[in-house]
Formats: sequence, structure tokens, C-alpha cells
Amino acid sequence: MNVVFHFNYWVAMVLLTIGLYIVIARGNLVKKLVGLSIFQTSVYLLYISAGKIIGGTPPIIAEGFTIYSNPLPHVLILTAIVVGVATLALGLALVVRIQEAYGTIEEDEIQRQDEEP
Amino acid sequence: MIAIHFPALQVVVPLLAAPLCVIVRNARAAWLIALAVSWAMLYVATGLLAEALSAGVISYRLGSWAPPWGIEYRVDPVNGLLLVLVSFVGAVVMTFSRASVDHEVPRSQHHLFYAAYLLCLSGLLGIAVTGDAFNIFVFLEISSLATYILIAMGRDRRALTASYQYLIMGTIGATFIVIGIGLLYLMTGTLNLADLAQRVPQVEHTRPVLAALAFLTVGISLKLALFPLHLWLPNAYAYAPSMVTAFVAATATKVAVYLLLRFFFTVFGASFVLEQVQVPAILLVLSLAAMFVASTVAIYQDDLKRMLAYSSVAQIGYITLGVSTASATGLTATLVHLLNHGVTKGALFLLLGCMALRVDRVTIASIRGIGRTMPLTTFGVVLGGFSLIGVPTTVGFVSKWYLVLAALERGWWWLAVLILLSSLLAVVYMWRVVEAAYFKEPAPRARKVTEAPLSMLLPAWALVAACIYFGLDTRLTVGVATQAAQLLMGGTP
Amino acid sequence: MKGYLVLRVIAKLVIPFALLFALYVQFHGDFGPGGGFQAGVIIAAGVIFYALIFGLANARKLVPPRLVEILVALGVVIYGGVGVLGILLGGNYLDYFVLSSDPVHGQERGVFWVEAGVCVTVAGVMLAIFYAFAGRPRRPDPE
Repeated sequence: MNVVFHFNYWVAMVLLTIGLYIVIARGNLVKKLVGLSIFQTSVYLLYISAGKIIGGTPPIIAEGFTIYSNPLPHVLILTAIVVGVATLALGLALVVRIQEAYGTIEEDEIQRQDEEP
Repeated sequence: MIAIHFPALQVVVPLLAAPLCVIVRNARAAWLIALAVSWAMLYVATGLLAEALSAGVISYRLGSWAPPWGIEYRVDPVNGLLLVLVSFVGAVVMTFSRASVDHEVPRSQHHLFYAAYLLCLSGLLGIAVTGDAFNIFVFLEISSLATYILIAMGRDRRALTASYQYLIMGTIGATFIVIGIGLLYLMTGTLNLADLAQRVPQVEHTRPVLAALAFLTVGISLKLALFPLHLWLPNAYAYAPSMVTAFVAATATKVAVYLLLRFFFTVFGASFVLEQVQVPAILLVLSLAAMFVASTVAIYQDDLKRMLAYSSVAQIGYITLGVSTASATGLTATLVHLLNHGVTKGALFLLLGCMALRVDRVTIASIRGIGRTMPLTTFGVVLGGFSLIGVPTTVGFVSKWYLVLAALERGWWWLAVLILLSSLLAVVYMWRVVEAAYFKEPAPRARKVTEAPLSMLLPAWALVAACIYFGLDTRLTVGVATQAAQLLMGGTP
Repeated sequence: MKGYLVLRVIAKLVIPFALLFALYVQFHGDFGPGGGFQAGVIIAAGVIFYALIFGLANARKLVPPRLVEILVALGVVIYGGVGVLGILLGGNYLDYFVLSSDPVHGQERGVFWVEAGVCVTVAGVMLAIFYAFAGRPRRPDPE
């Protein structure tokens, strides 16, 4: 079955959709960032699961092993994780500043305050 | 001798100058570092472009690992052009920045501000110079994260929400781009753009490759603020510090356009994107919508920075319109307008920065009668406005001329008419500024203001002069752009 | 949490080992799982643990924010410096082959310093993030 064979992609896409949905549907700025993180995590899965080869070993040359998993996706995703952490930290820092400036982190209330003056 | 390392130095020097700014922790020293680096980068970029034009493609191997295994930096006329644009705007904006940043950013944060600017510069130059798909994502995020910080430093509290909104949209865009790159990597096993270009045709009709094209198109469109994915742009431009607005408006979206061109024409190939998948049809509709809707919205804005931000969305419409005509002339128009709009918007936002120094918030009401007290600044805005409209002898005319040519070449006379009609909208919104500045009774505050200091006027006017100069002498811009467009249509990187 | 004797004693016992373990992870990165990233995070975790038990003010005396700022920048300079060294020694940027007469040894040396840079920056960034969030004056809820 194709669907079962590609289950890793299904998981990635389901997570992606969930994350994107949270970003769009939630008005709370912190919850939006949570959604964004889930959204980014789905990409990690997409890359890493593709790097694994069934029966493959870590890519260290040794006797008796001929199938190696691909290490490159891990390295790429390490970078992507760092980017994700940086984005999350910056996003949360912005939320803290927004809370200090507006006294709220609900999107609709911020909008209302901006429209008032 | 050092010239062979130019591709690496282009990125590394600003990248290393940024921590230096943090370590010295002194506003003036950090500004000097950033200024010196910006001008040095312009020198490096012009050197690279000149060599790419004469010798063809320059390839640089990071860590001496041979491509496609190692990361390769690759400069051809297309990205050479981008490097020059980004570093030129960077150098001019940096020269302008001191008085403006002193006025708008708390002094204790200056060293961090310049460090963020240098990181942003490094990221933008990196996107342009690299020949590795994943590297593009990394540089994209470096520049984006730095941009979010720079925007959030605006004085208005709305700068914070604008930055947050941009962070959300920008991250979604960047993540879409990684997904696209990942799918391409899964199908071809390579990340090198030149190598991808050779391998993608073998698998081009599989579903993952089509999905990759879709993800990349949407992701990059978010970054370049293609209508209707432009929602982050107006607020981000309106509330960021003046110098940041000028720099970001002139470079960030342009680099994203370059990415679109690179993926469309180099990686996927012109025939695949233009003829088999019919991307141009979608781009055509969206570009036209951007030109008309965004220009119309711009007419109703009272904040001048916001007005120009909407005008940017409209101008991006012209840029993508060139791609959608699917011809070498259209691509030339795209590339020329890329440069021209960068220079024009840079000039206009810098001049608004001059006004902001005197009247704080630049609105139609606050600049009434300012033409009498700040004559040089206001006249510069008028000339910049001419360029936005596309009046002959300005750069705006040159790019619109090529766009109309491309439309007529395809026999789409209606498109030519639409381009001219949309220019009329630009006349309307620029006229509101002229009317307020010259023909209205001065606002109480505008009566007392004096002309901006020379350190700000000179760089701003340098860009205005560039608008006129390249409008009269098109050999340089159009010449390079034609060569680059032919390279892209030929499909070889 | 200064009042809890058990926590204080345990913390004083654990923190040195945590830092030592960070060094192990750092230098063992050549042969097994580990490297600058993980080591940097563990070092930062040690200091954050200290801050949780003995208070932010004491932690700031131990690792002043100014030092953190320098650490963040310094790591990047070390990393980039190794790359520039490659240029100065006649190779390309980030070329480790030229760092030693034996190219394999050169690779090892290059990676060692790069990892050192990564460790310094990651530890710095983690602490900077912690300080930035923990040091914010807390305001009473509007409700």
C-alpha cells in the first residue's frame, strides 16, 4: 500500500497542517508561535525520515556493512532547528514587548487599541 | 590575489563585522565599522560583477570541497547585478544613517542596531552569492531574523506588532521554501543549484517536483510580497526606523525576486515553468491585481511611508509582470525594474527619513507647505515620484518602456494599455503629496522646520541622481540586464 | 529558592559535574555523539540551574550580562576566524586542509576550533535568552 509505505510523509503533512491551522485560527500571540513551531517541526520530520534507509547503519566505514543511512539531512536539520529556536526566541521576545506596550497579547484587542486614537 | 576570494569575502566580512560591533559596544565605532564594511562590500560586488561579465561564471569552493558535494558560491551576471544593487543601497543608506538613527533609536542600542544591520546585509548578499539550495534558506533566515529586529526598533509601538506579523508570515514563507528544497533534494539527491538544474529535468513530471515548484513559488511569493501575500509589508515599512525602511524596501523584496528567477529559470528550466506548468498565467493575474489594487489603496493612505509601502506592492507587480510575459524582453524588464525600483524606493524612503527628522510622523497633514521650508527634500520626493510614475528621463520610464515592449511583442496590446492606466494611479497618489507640500497653507510645525542636514541630504540626493542618470544612460543597466535575461532564458547557470 | 537546604547542597554538587560533562561532550565530539552545540547548551543549563536556585542577581554576578554579550560575539569571531585563517594560509575560506601539513590533521584542527566557537556562542546565546526573559520586570496582571 502506497499510503502506508509513505506514512512518514503523511505524519509530516498532518503536523504541517495542524501548525498552520493554529497560526491562522488562534488570536493569542503565544499560541500562534506554538503553532509556528509545530509547523516548522513537520519539516524536520520530512527531511530526517527521508535520510533513514531501512537496514542502514551510521555512515562509518566498517567491515560487513554496505548500506549506510544518509547523514546530510541530519546536518541540514540541525541548522533548521537552530533557526527555529532563534525564531521562537525572537518571537517570544516580541510578545513580551507587545505585552508591555499594549497590556495584552490577544490579537483582536491589540487591533482595537490601534484603531482607537 | 585577494580578488579570487571575493565571493566568500562578500558574505564573511559583514558577518564578522557584526560581532565586532557588539564587542566594541560604542555607537560611533559601530557606525564607522558598518559604514566601512558597506562601502568595502560595494567595491567587492562591483569587482565580482565586472569579472562575471567578462569571464563568465565565477565559482568558489568553500573549504576547497568540490561541488556538488561541497558548498559552492557562484556568481554570474544575474546575481552579480543583485550584489551590486544590495551593496550600493547598503553603502548609501549607511552613509545617510547616522543622524537619522541618532534621532530614532535609543543610543544605548546603537551598537546592536548596526550589528543587526550588518547581519541583514550579510544574509541578503549570501542569498545572492550562494549556489547551494540549503544555504539559500540559511541566509534567508539570517537576513529575515535581522530584519525583524530592525523593524521592531521603530519608535511607534505598532512597530512591534508589525515585526511580529512579519515574523509569522516570513517564517511560513521560509518554511515553505525549505519544504520545496527538501522535496527537490529527495528527488535528486543534490542541493547544488547547477547540479539540480541538470537532474531536475529527468524527474520533472513526478508529483514531488511539481509540489516542490508549488511550495517554492508560494514561499518566495510571501517573501517578495506578491499580491495577495503582501499583508506583512505595509505595516513593516511604515513603522520601522527610516533607514531600515529604505534599506529593506530597496533590497529584501528584490533579493526574493532574484530567488524566484533563480528557481524558475535555472533550476526548473524556462520551458518547464513557462510552457508546461503555466505559471505565467497565475503570475499575470496576480501582478495585474497588485498593480491596480495596491495603487488604489495607496491613494487613500495618509501616512506617506504607508503610501509608498503600498506603492512598493504595486511596483512588485510590475516586476513579476515581466516574468509572466515569458520572453527575454519581459525578463529584461523585470531585471531593469528590479534595479530601478530599488534605487527609486531607496531614494524616496531616505527623503521621507529627512522629513521624519523634522516632523516625526510624515503624513499628508504634517507635510503641508513643507515645500517652502525643506525645498531640496521635497523636490527630491517629486523627482522620485516622477520615477515611480514612469515619466521619461527617469529610470521608471526605462523599465516601463521595456515592459510595454514585452507586452507588444506578445501581441498583448491590452496589457500595454493596462500598464499605462496603472501608471495614472501613481500620478494620483504622488499628486496628493505634491499638492500638500507646495499648494497648502503650511502646518504650524512645517513652518518652523529647517532643511535636513547635508549628511542625510547628500546620500538621498545621490540616489535621486542615480534615478535620473540611469534614466538617461541605459547602457549599464539595460546592457547587463539583457545579458542576464538571455542567460536565464538559455537555462544555463 | 535559597531557603531550601537540600536544593542548595544538591545544586552545588551537581553544577561542577554538569560543567565537566559539558567539556566531555565538547571534546568527545570527534569520536561520538556530541560537539559544541550540546556542550554549549549544557554549560548554559548549569548556569541557569544556578540562577534558579541562588537567584538571578547572584547568577549575574557570576556571569555578567556584558560577558554574555561578548561570548555571543566571540564564538562567531572564532568560527569565522578559522575560515579566514584558511584564506591567509593560502586555501579557500573555511579550508581546513591547509591548517596543518597533514591534511587529515588539518581537518581535525579546523573542526576543533569551529566547535569551540560554536560552544562559546551557543552557551552565550542560551544565557542571553534566559537573562532577557528572566530579567524582565514582572508586572501585575491588569485584571
